[in-house]
Amino acid sequence: MLRLRIHHWASPGVLFRTLPPLLLACLLPLLLLAGCDAREPKVATLDFWAMGSEGERVQALLPEFERRHPGIRVRVQQIPWSAAHEKLLTAHVGGALPDVFQLGNTWLPEFVALKALAPLDAVLPAADQADIFPGVLAANRLQGHLYGLPWYVDTRLLFYRADLLQQAGIESAPRSWDDWLAALRAVKRQSGRAPLLLPFAEWQTLIALALQRDAGLLKEDDRYGDFRAPAFREALAFFLQLFGEGLAEVAGEGQTGNIYQAFARGRIAFLVSGPWNLGEFERRMPTGLQGAWATAPLPAPDGSPWPGVSIAGGASLAVRADSRHAEAARALVAFLSAPDRQLAFYRETGDLPVRMSAWTLGGLHEAPRVAAFWQQLQQVRGVPAIPEWERIATLVMRHAERAARGLSSADEALAAIDRETDAMLEKRRWLMDRKQP
Amino acid sequence: MTRLPAAFWFLAPALGLIAIFFALPILAALLLSFSDFDIYAIGDPTALRWIGLDNYRQLLDHPLFWTALGNTFYFVLLGGPLSVALSLGAALLVNARLTRFKTLFRTIFFLPVVSTLVAVAVVWRALYHPEAGLLNPLLGLFGVNPIDWLGDPQWAMPAIILMAAWKNFGFNMIIFIAGLQAIPDRLYEAARLDGAGDWAQFRFVTLPMLAPTFLFVALMTMIGYLQLFAEPYVMTQGGPANATLSVVMLMYQEGFRWWNMGFAAALAFVLFAIILAGTLVQLRLQRRAM
Repeated sequence: MLRLRIHHWASPGVLFRTLPPLLLACLLPLLLLAGCDAREPKVATLDFWAMGSEGERVQALLPEFERRHPGIRVRVQQIPWSAAHEKLLTAHVGGALPDVFQLGNTWLPEFVALKALAPLDAVLPAADQADIFPGVLAANRLQGHLYGLPWYVDTRLLFYRADLLQQAGIESAPRSWDDWLAALRAVKRQSGRAPLLLPFAEWQTLIALALQRDAGLLKEDDRYGDFRAPAFREALAFFLQLFGEGLAEVAGEGQTGNIYQAFARGRIAFLVSGPWNLGEFERRMPTGLQGAWATAPLPAPDGSPWPGVSIAGGASLAVRADSRHAEAARALVAFLSAPDRQLAFYRETGDLPVRMSAWTLGGLHEAPRVAAFWQQLQQVRGVPAIPEWERIATLVMRHAERAARGLSSADEALAAIDRETDAMLEKRRWLMDRKQP
Repeated sequence: MTRLPAAFWFLAPALGLIAIFFALPILAALLLSFSDFDIYAIGDPTALRWIGLDNYRQLLDHPLFWTALGNTFYFVLLGGPLSVALSLGAALLVNARLTRFKTLFRTIFFLPVVSTLVAVAVVWRALYHPEAGLLNPLLGLFGVNPIDWLGDPQWAMPAIILMAAWKNFGFNMIIFIAGLQAIPDRLYEAARLDGAGDWAQFRFVTLPMLAPTFLFVALMTMIGYLQLFAEPYVMTQGGPANATLSVVMLMYQEGFRWWNMGFAAALAFVLFAIILAGTLVQLRLQRRAM
């Protein structure tokens, strides 16, 4: 059967008869496409990757952008947070980065080192840039250029059960480390359990404590670790004291299970967390407890003004260095950073605006629970802006966990952190020495 | 030019595919392992340094390499025999003369092998939960104090082993059943005539006849278990305190999380050497025993 047909097709007569219509059929769509092209203006399709719920909710803002820019279509792809870093790196290596993408602030130095990002200095006028929280803007400026346009801010502060504190005789949120210890001890006496959740998977709390002590973390132009310096040593000592006194549990999240249930049941009374939990707590706390939970800026160490410093985090929007639609990409980034859109995005996601005028526009700086973030954001600092930072933070927490579990002493942990950090920064030192012979 | 034999042209497509998708990447990985390829080198090729055996030397000093290696051996040495024993036991039970519904049991025991690991891991995480889980109350009946299975560095690896053994024993069981069914009945009949009891029959007929099957199962289990990755990846992410970090997981972290490709490639070749050595040792041991 098959052989017969091949024979039939291969005969020259048939081929000549069928070839012209066949060719025409193949070319027709192309001709039609070309015809369309001539009549309508060319539409640029922007690829935009955003993470988690941001990727879902940002789509509500885009129809207006497309209405204002008829020549641009935006195609959003949602990436789960847990795989985002790997996926972006792999996409860059494979030449498949989208035109516009969301980028965690601490990843920015890495992508600048990769030469993957286009500078965005000219996207916003200076007056608008001054409207962005300075600590957050600074974290996006590398080698003299703005490589990411801050999209939303993220910092860490205290979530606590005000009613449990009151039962323990504490009237207001702690403002100093000593107050905090006293409050934790008082709540623990009431409940008999560790009232603070301090997961080892999150480096932000320990690093914030260190920044409160003015720790530099790294030294000599970020060439070497500086974790044995007194500032970090004190922060680690305080961190370990929380576990040593049983105010936080080493088993952490695995033991606690669902943090919202644990918080609702009073199993934990303190949590250091970020803005995304504002919405989560509102959704997940039983109605009877809606008035019982509150937020407060981080306590400060003795001798430092309140509120204590926290981490300048958040996500930025970045544009691919060799984007074919650079102009359109910049337009999208500028559109999303305008104050009214920032406010709309906050209403959709709960992500806090980076533009201070968006806060006053929506009255967020006076809203209950959100106001604590406004206060905290006046006191934020960035982490060292080097590509190796996430790795260093991970190793810091690895040794902090070992020390908290009693597997090593604080001194051993600090020495190991410095030793491993120095080894990790060897390439950076080599590159820097090469640049300035 | 001499004419190539016809066989070459038949083999060429397969050989070509193997060369492109197998030999070439391995060669590239070997080259990578002699360089310090990392994110700096992606951005700027001149930032790549050929560092010879430095990656292999650094590996010996790496703070987590020995932890990961120890964890992997722990998993193989405890989990391997457990899994093989479980599957042999299950095979004997399913294959026993008295067992009814043999196919049903075979299917049930084989189910974990074909079910998705991630779904299974979610269920086991729930079983292992220290307060709400099913396992601790059951152990409590025997007077065992509650165990924080996945949160305690001492118990996390045993928990992973238990789950992995449960997940995998069905596959080896099928192979053992095939081995058992290949043993001719007349051997047992002869043994019975000579007055051998059940234990003697097992010891002197079943086990020797199963030796080749045993070798195969032990080898495959060892090779598979040395590459432990998915179980800790979905259950514990290598925690708590790196108690379940395996060599392949370390390789994944170094390679794809931190993009430290040179180092990760070196790690891959070290693991290959370990697996090769383990296989040779086992072959030698078994051959001597036979």
